[in-house]
Amino acid sequence: MCGIAGYYAFDGRPGSRQELQSAIGSLRHRGPDALRIHVEDGAALAHARLSVIDLEGGSQPVSNEDQSLWVVANGEIYNFVELREELEAKGHRFSTRSDTEVILHLYEEEGEDCVRHLNGQWAFAVWDRPRRRLFLSRDRFGVRPIYFAETPRRFLFGSEAKALFAFQGVPRELDPQALDQIFTFWVPIAPATIFKGVRELPAGHSIRVDAGGMRLWRHWRQQYSELPTDEQEGVRQLLALLEDAVRLRLRSDVPVGAYLSGGLDSSLVAALIRKFNPSRLKTFSIAFEEQEFDESPFQRRVAEYLGTEHHELRCTTADIGRAFPEVIWHAERPFFRTAPAPLYLLSRQVHDQGYKVVLTGEGADEILAGYDIYKIAKVRRYWAQNPESVRRPLLLRRLCPYLPYLQGQSDAYLRQFFRLRPHEAASPLFSHLLRWDMTSKLKLFFSDELRNELRGRDAYEDVARELPPEFHQWNWLSRAQFLETEYLLPGYILASQGDRMAMAHSVETRFPFLDPNVAEFAFSLPARLKMQGLREKHLLRRCGEGLVPETVLRRAKQPYRAPEAMSLLGTEYAEELLQPSRIRGDGVFCASAVRLLVEKAREGRAVGMRDNMAVVGILSTQILIDRFIRHAYNDSPVHC
Amino acid sequence: MHTTIRQYIVDNFLFGRANGLSDSESLLEQGVIDSIGLLELIGFLQKRFGIRVADEDIIPANLDSVDCIRNFVEGKLACN
Repeated sequence: MCGIAGYYAFDGRPGSRQELQSAIGSLRHRGPDALRIHVEDGAALAHARLSVIDLEGGSQPVSNEDQSLWVVANGEIYNFVELREELEAKGHRFSTRSDTEVILHLYEEEGEDCVRHLNGQWAFAVWDRPRRRLFLSRDRFGVRPIYFAETPRRFLFGSEAKALFAFQGVPRELDPQALDQIFTFWVPIAPATIFKGVRELPAGHSIRVDAGGMRLWRHWRQQYSELPTDEQEGVRQLLALLEDAVRLRLRSDVPVGAYLSGGLDSSLVAALIRKFNPSRLKTFSIAFEEQEFDESPFQRRVAEYLGTEHHELRCTTADIGRAFPEVIWHAERPFFRTAPAPLYLLSRQVHDQGYKVVLTGEGADEILAGYDIYKIAKVRRYWAQNPESVRRPLLLRRLCPYLPYLQGQSDAYLRQFFRLRPHEAASPLFSHLLRWDMTSKLKLFFSDELRNELRGRDAYEDVARELPPEFHQWNWLSRAQFLETEYLLPGYILASQGDRMAMAHSVETRFPFLDPNVAEFAFSLPARLKMQGLREKHLLRRCGEGLVPETVLRRAKQPYRAPEAMSLLGTEYAEELLQPSRIRGDGVFCASAVRLLVEKAREGRAVGMRDNMAVVGILSTQILIDRFIRHAYNDSPVHC
Repeated sequence: MHTTIRQYIVDNFLFGRANGLSDSESLLEQGVIDSIGLLELIGFLQKRFGIRVADEDIIPANLDSVDCIRNFVEGKLACN
């Protein structure tokens, strides 16, 4: 895992070496082991290396045999051993033992289609000198990030937006439409980012830049079907695929650890690692003081069951408050929850323990239907088919058991809250409208100026027009899974809780559930094998039998959450950034509305989900403005 | 009473931005009040108007719009 940056110059002229050094210097946290650059007329590549495979010889940028092709990559190609054998049989000569070099030789063979053969998580750039062409690609699910920007002279790219800001000519300005998207979907819809002049290469996409201009295309997309599958056979196949995914993700020249959340997914991953790795596995987890969020009894039970060397990070609300500005600096986007902050602190502990690589359970809830949003959609849909039914709404009591305030409501109120609104019934986006409608309510804090700028816009259209034609033929669960996997997974889960929080402390996260073979198998399963009744991840629970403790296997999904607004208010930066004069000056939010919210929160009355989301969303946006726009980032160039 | 109730809802749940909320609109459907907001509202009504809101009173017909709330509070006060 690493950081990459570079450019393609439309006029063919070389740029300033110092500028490139500043760009890659801003990504040092992603790759502290080596910094190198390659500059030639028309293009430049820079690399910050986190050494994981081929520690001695795997430096980048790396070239092919005749130095006509150069590559910088962030990520891992897990099937590089098999690909290398095939390529060597075709006569390719390798100069390193690294997985990155495989990309180059495969590109020589297959051109831009080479990505079809890769099993891994990647964001890479190939400079094709004979064609004077730059080729960028990003993995299927968007595990690894890559951003780009265009100026009159150049096409720029980098692993994080801050690398692009190191180049001249990239404006530092918020994008109002992206703000509208974030305050609806929680994420900007790629290629949009919160910054007006910065674009993100969407997951599963490639881009080519040459004298003919820029072309962006999708190289992979989710495809759902319902192949008839016997349950027992499904368990056998899924487990075999998962075992293989874990085996491939243990390929590393440094020790590999694992995160334990206390839930099924990470426990199963850790159990499968133990199968392949006889040495004592190190596991890491987060514990909270507040019982409402704490899962440490389950984490300890799993660690004991699997015999791992377990490390627990006890995270307080004060820890979260202190870390939050740095968390936003790394994530480069507003949040509505503080949940990324404990993961930022956890990766520091992993780093301090001398570990660079961890496997986690991310992705299972998306591909095998673990989230509440699927259950809520199922119950609401079932009830809507017979709205007069007395029995059907009783199922509402089984939703979100971990939310005591919701559970404390009368049946009449639960019905009122969950009942189908007129605009939902026929909408293809039905499964997500409850969440998106609720998040959209936070736009009441937008300033009048921003509201005027957004007048007439319908953020839902941004998603609706991107739906693939086959979406409308899929069953309700597949549609919900598609929306979750297409948007929230890369934009929030993998970015804000995965890559950015781990790479802040030079830790690489690997996700066996996002192995393409595992995911594509999951997408082909009938809905009943993923969610049986209201039992989420049914098939995965069956896979876990005998491998993880019974208590974890039987446990209902507990979403990962952390203490919210109260951990942030009272900090020095919150006091400063939420002052009415600051809010007014920055222009995004309405100062009087924010003042009432802050007063309410200070009095301890902003305890509801919406008020908490508002505090976190507004403060994180204000931090972003402060760190990226008001105080322009000026990192000193590094020696490469 | 109507002004007091409406002002409380606008200040406490809409943070001063009424956005054209009508007195008959469903507060839950409009996303004005969530499950915890409902508890806040009940606390306010009890304190401000000196009424007691029983568990069986907590139904949308009593509390889901400015008009419903006003009628509910008036009914309670009339019984006192």
